[in-house]
Amino acid sequence: MTEAYIFDSVRTPRGKGKKDGSLHEVTSLSCASTVLNALRDRNDLDTREIEDVILGCVTPVGEQGGEIARTAVLQSGYDESVPGLHINRFCASGMEAVNLAANQVKGGAGDLYVAGGVEMMSRVPMGSDGFAIAVDPIPAMKSYFVPQGISADIIATKYGFSRDDCDAFAVESQKRAAAAWEAKRFANSIVPVKDMNDVMILDHDEYMRPGTDMQSLGGLKASFQAMGEQMPGFDAVALLKYPELEKVNHVNHAGNSSGIVDGAAALLIGSKEAGERLGLKPRARIKHTAKIGTDPTIMLTGPVPVTEKVLRETGMSISDFDLFEVNEAFASVVLRFMQAFNADHAKLNPNGGAIAMGHPLGATGAMIIGTALDELERTGGGTALCTLCIASGMGASTVIERV
Amino acid sequence: MTNWKYTTEGDVAIITWDMGDRSMNVMTADVIRELDAHVDTVLADDSLKGAVITSAKADMGGGVDLGMLAEIKAQAASSGGHVGEALFGFVWALHSLYRKIEVGGADPKTKKGGKVFAAATPGTALGGVFELLLACHRRFAAENPKAKLGLPETLVGLFPGAGGTTRLVRMLGVMGAADYLLQGKLVNPKKAKAGMLIDEVVPQDDLVAKAVEWVKGSAESDAVKAWDAKGYKIPGGAPYTPQGFQTFLGAIAMTHGKTAGVYPQTNAMLSAVYEGALVDMDTALRIEARWFTSVLMDPRSSAMIRSLFVNKQAIEKGARRPDMPDQKVKSVGIIGAGMMGAGIAFVSARAGIDVVLVDRDQAAADKGRASVEELLDQGVKRKKVTEDQKAEILARVTATADYAGMSGCDLIVEAVFEDPKIKATVTEATEAVIPEDAIFATNTSTLPITGLAKASKRPEQFIGIHFFSPVHKMNLVEIIKGEQTGDIAVAKALDFVRQIKKTPIVVNDARFFYANRCIIPYLNEAMIMVSEGVKPALIENAAKQLGMPVAPLQLTDETSLELGHRIMSATKAQMGDAYVGTGADDVITKLYEGEGRAGRKNGKGFYDYDEKGKRQNLWPDLGTHFPIADEQPELDEVKNRLVLAQVLEAIRAKEENVLVDIREGDVGAILGWGFAPWSGGPLSWVDLTGPSEVVAICDALTAKYGPRFTAPDLLKDIAAKGETFYGRFQPKQAAA
Repeated sequence: MTEAYIFDSVRTPRGKGKKDGSLHEVTSLSCASTVLNALRDRNDLDTREIEDVILGCVTPVGEQGGEIARTAVLQSGYDESVPGLHINRFCASGMEAVNLAANQVKGGAGDLYVAGGVEMMSRVPMGSDGFAIAVDPIPAMKSYFVPQGISADIIATKYGFSRDDCDAFAVESQKRAAAAWEAKRFANSIVPVKDMNDVMILDHDEYMRPGTDMQSLGGLKASFQAMGEQMPGFDAVALLKYPELEKVNHVNHAGNSSGIVDGAAALLIGSKEAGERLGLKPRARIKHTAKIGTDPTIMLTGPVPVTEKVLRETGMSISDFDLFEVNEAFASVVLRFMQAFNADHAKLNPNGGAIAMGHPLGATGAMIIGTALDELERTGGGTALCTLCIASGMGASTVIERV
Repeated sequence: MTNWKYTTEGDVAIITWDMGDRSMNVMTADVIRELDAHVDTVLADDSLKGAVITSAKADMGGGVDLGMLAEIKAQAASSGGHVGEALFGFVWALHSLYRKIEVGGADPKTKKGGKVFAAATPGTALGGVFELLLACHRRFAAENPKAKLGLPETLVGLFPGAGGTTRLVRMLGVMGAADYLLQGKLVNPKKAKAGMLIDEVVPQDDLVAKAVEWVKGSAESDAVKAWDAKGYKIPGGAPYTPQGFQTFLGAIAMTHGKTAGVYPQTNAMLSAVYEGALVDMDTALRIEARWFTSVLMDPRSSAMIRSLFVNKQAIEKGARRPDMPDQKVKSVGIIGAGMMGAGIAFVSARAGIDVVLVDRDQAAADKGRASVEELLDQGVKRKKVTEDQKAEILARVTATADYAGMSGCDLIVEAVFEDPKIKATVTEATEAVIPEDAIFATNTSTLPITGLAKASKRPEQFIGIHFFSPVHKMNLVEIIKGEQTGDIAVAKALDFVRQIKKTPIVVNDARFFYANRCIIPYLNEAMIMVSEGVKPALIENAAKQLGMPVAPLQLTDETSLELGHRIMSATKAQMGDAYVGTGADDVITKLYEGEGRAGRKNGKGFYDYDEKGKRQNLWPDLGTHFPIADEQPELDEVKNRLVLAQVLEAIRAKEENVLVDIREGDVGAILGWGFAPWSGGPLSWVDLTGPSEVVAICDALTAKYGPRFTAPDLLKDIAAKGETFYGRFQPKQAAA
């Protein structure tokens, strides 16, 4: 069977997802075009060779609506013969774009793809595309819907993670991200965002708070306690699904969960033959991809069953991986992953994650694959497992192997 | 045309509802057909500007005839027709009539040329009748503080399905409509106006005149409802607006958490609201009609209607009353001025009955009277009682230590300490002074009546009345016939209960009667599970998922472990060697004797309480005394154990003829201890679950947990013959 390889990977810096964020003035299409053009320019690519551009985006309304992938293709100056495909699997959209591209290549449907994602959360607010599972009584009650933060708190309660456990993880994420930037570990992948006059707008992840310590986090109020215990009382719904719990222990807050940010990422993926034809050097093989559905109430435990599925399907064991990139949607999500697999924290998110640098929903899945690739190359490691938890109870995973 | 009168006053038609054969107007097929014809007449008459719809009776009407709905269903089923289609057809016909009134013949595009309809209600308007009011363009209510307006459907297993749900949400928004729709909140005209349900409250004598005047002065635009005009937005926002999203999100979660999702009518109503909010009025009404039909098709809804409406009413109207002349109570003597006695005194005096409240000394009696005053003060504070009413009610209560004070009483309710010796002494002392034909009732929750009657020289006039605590809040009263209790005593007790506006059940004498017979095993089963190491949270949450309003360990705390301990000890003493101990005994003994945990009353039981008595968390040390087992049972098994502990006792009570009428068994269970109301009661629960399925669950639980789960012969017989409890035992004339 044809194998799929990663030839290149780029991402923008992540801007704070607020009005005072540096990328707030940049359109979603400009940001997406930045990464598409970077792939073209860095690889001296004849874009007519590209079979499709697949972009993940979680909130496809307004400027992110109307099939943003095709519009980004046209805005970036790719040849008009390149189509575009927008996809959405919530937080794993960027990863699913990569997986979809890889599996198309493996199946022989085209041999060169651009896959990634974009999310400008300061410009198109999360949830503004509607979310029936939360407000339509039928799916809401069938799935015992609670907001993600409550789900993250259920994980902490059910699996025994304290507020201190979560805060300590967050402090470490900040520390690692700061060290990684200091050591310029992201330099190979970062594409600065500039204006139409080539004037710099943002060249670094600006959400980080390197000085974060236990004490500063200790002052933050648990974000989901009031909505859980008082109005409207999501904990009561959670306990219908988890009746063995007496109450939900609310531990997650803004400081130990992922940041709201703007950003985009893209990878160039294709077959060995395409690489040879176009003079592209494969950096890693996409060894395996997986996705899974899981309980929508606790919602965010997906990385565990999807990784179990990967192990089952590949015959690998957890010790075969040199590196884990587990998206830091909430601290409890990653703590649960480590607990389930007894995974070594030293090998997991060594350069920090979304708690420190932010989680641009549609792009993150692609970003963490790129981050894993850079880290494998830096350390000489062989294989990395990347995984994310996903809204409405799903998990996704990509296994890459350096070549 | 016999249900409506059609007259005109100038350019205004007056359509007056007055059903000849009923004291209260209700929506029947004939009523709807006739009104439809009158509305057509108005719309076709160019000389008319509009119409007033009113009632010649004291009230507008009580709603849609639920018996008729059952009939439509039965007819369609027996004719082999499509039941859903038949029901939807009926529902949609009513919708179409109301919508016709609302549109008033206006051109669908230009919204011009419509006639106005004003509703004028002299008094109460409920359910489907209130929904008629909502369809009208202006609503007038007479100044009548006793009138009740609103949509109580959800309380009896339905939801407002004749346009009321859709219209109220469009009028008030989801938040504004929530109390009326979800809680079935009823209001008087003054409050209805403040809540924007009614437009004008006018003097009774001017009611129709004011409405006619409004029609005469109305403009063409008055015939166009806000939601039929351009640019209409639902107050508070539709689901996919920033504000509306939060509202819908919150409303669903709150309802789901509070109801555990067990009420089909609530879920259907939420869907009608959500789906209706996304489309135009006509489509929204069609959606509401479809969801309403789905509720009519749901056997849980039918079970609720049967118990909470039809059979509750039948029981209150005297379904079990012996054929006897009126036995209304004029003067009641209440012995024992403690919490129970004072509560009984309060509800009696409030019902206009003179009360002689007796205790062993004047101070104790006065203390009881003071409790009555306190309850009245609470009413005054909440504006339910005026100062004048308070004085009047309190004046009916005489507190005394002198038994001779009861010489004029026609009913005695003895509510002294639960000790047969004390009760015997009181019985003798009382019978020495009261009239020979007075009825003597003993208020007891556990002591067999036949035994207590031995102290009476007139056992045929001796009866048990079991009030639930707190008396002023709990609506069930259990009337217990001793072996020699005569019909006149039963009639007296029933008439008394009717006077104080509570719901009676009449049962035969046996240990714990009916209610406690079922409640005690429920509480015990929970404690047995604690002793086995089942997680206490799992036990409590399983009960909530069954739809029990109060979880069993919490309820044990409320009623107190001290009481549990007393009942356990007394039962042991009475049964001797026949007593079968369980893990529940160990738990009660450990907590109450060993740890001094009496429940809420001393701030520590299965739960811990703060200084104000607010429940905190489960007692953390419970797991030290009864370690949590590594293997926890499936949720369904915990639910089955908790529900069957109650259901099997109800069946045994029927088998042993303690329970005579299954309707009382179901209504009593819901009102008495809140048995899963969605099921219609324990016997309805068996019918809904399927008797054979219940036998299978019993067999499995018996194998695992012992003979207390053995299926009673009656259940086995019903299952074997493919019958149901209501199929076998429901009195024919009251079929619903």
